[in-house]
Amino acid sequence: MATDVATQAAVPEVQAFNITLIIRRFLPEIDEEARWESFDVEVYSTDRILDALHRIKWDQDGSLSFRRSCAHGICGSDAMRINGRNRLACKTLIKDLDITQPIYVEAIKGLPLEKDLIVDMEPFFAAYREVKPFLIANSSPEPGKERRQSIEDRERFDDTTKCILCAACTTSCPVFWTDGQYFGPAAIVNAHRFIFDSRDDAGDVRLDILNDKEGVWRCRTTFNCTDACPRGIQVTQAIADVKQAVLRGRA
Amino acid sequence: MSTVDAPRSPYARTQRSGTNWEKWGWMYMRASGVVLVVLIFGHLFVNMVAGEGVRGIDFAFVAGKWASPFWQVWDLLMLWLALIHGANGMRTIINDYSSSVTLGKVLRGAVFLSAAALIILGTLVIFTFDPCPSVSPEQLGLLPSFCPPQ
Repeated sequence: MATDVATQAAVPEVQAFNITLIIRRFLPEIDEEARWESFDVEVYSTDRILDALHRIKWDQDGSLSFRRSCAHGICGSDAMRINGRNRLACKTLIKDLDITQPIYVEAIKGLPLEKDLIVDMEPFFAAYREVKPFLIANSSPEPGKERRQSIEDRERFDDTTKCILCAACTTSCPVFWTDGQYFGPAAIVNAHRFIFDSRDDAGDVRLDILNDKEGVWRCRTTFNCTDACPRGIQVTQAIADVKQAVLRGRA
Repeated sequence: MSTVDAPRSPYARTQRSGTNWEKWGWMYMRASGVVLVVLIFGHLFVNMVAGEGVRGIDFAFVAGKWASPFWQVWDLLMLWLALIHGANGMRTIINDYSSSVTLGKVLRGAVFLSAAALIILGTLVIFTFDPCPSVSPEQLGLLPSFCPPQ
């Protein structure tokens, strides 16, 4: 009995509170323009924005549309603009936001809006494909062996291997907003991942692709991308690395 | 592109073309920036602080500076580097903000023409400036006092 009381005291009750979510809606069948719609939801302090969106979709308005897959911050489906900052809905705890004010949720910017929080990601992936994000090697590894790489060589591109292609960085970039032709931070990050890989032999090809009017020189180092990255990648640093590599002519 | 506000607006990446000057533009901005820091602060010190300071600046002061090839080259460098640096910066801002292709072209053209006009006029003045030109007798009173009698 005494142990039961002690266990109960040790586990604090999960706090519940009411919040207001203002979501930028766009239903292409009905709406000419996107509009803001307000929802009141009861949530727990352990809930994330994604849970609040689920509660709205399941209990209040089934027409609310958004993408999510793993819901644990690794698939990169649910990047959205939460209170003006690009975040993953599944990694943003509601208690970390200012819940005395309404929370604004909208689709990521700069890509064509399809419905509610869903945008057309194709231009984003088109830029990604253009930087050839795959290993291009002229040599074959020793028979029966992997390609060897020193710890130091692996270290060079370690940060950029973390990208989950959620588009939070690219759609937080003011240059991308005004000029959709800019490759965008995500494509440069994924080029960086192979340019600085000692096993890859096509670094010069990728540097040539990014030494473009719409390539790395378009970056204004506003650090929006670094702030937006849910994986904590130093995106602006990666872009600076690629700039230096273009100037040197090699990785 | 108005993709931010207009839902479902068409969108596609287009293929690049033409020579790429962006890398050289980027390097020029950094190199000229470093040189300009030296040139401009040197200019400000000599004009505003050294000697009599800001009260010493008059027509004779400028005439005296441009009599020396050293200051001619200094001011020429400052003129060219600063105007190209500034014009390239304006070009970048126009690229970032202009919403239509035509407007961008017009604005870039205007920036180029004004920078070119200022560079040409400035260069002309630095090398052809003569504080004591030969004038007709009735205009002699217009010449500065330090000029030798004609």
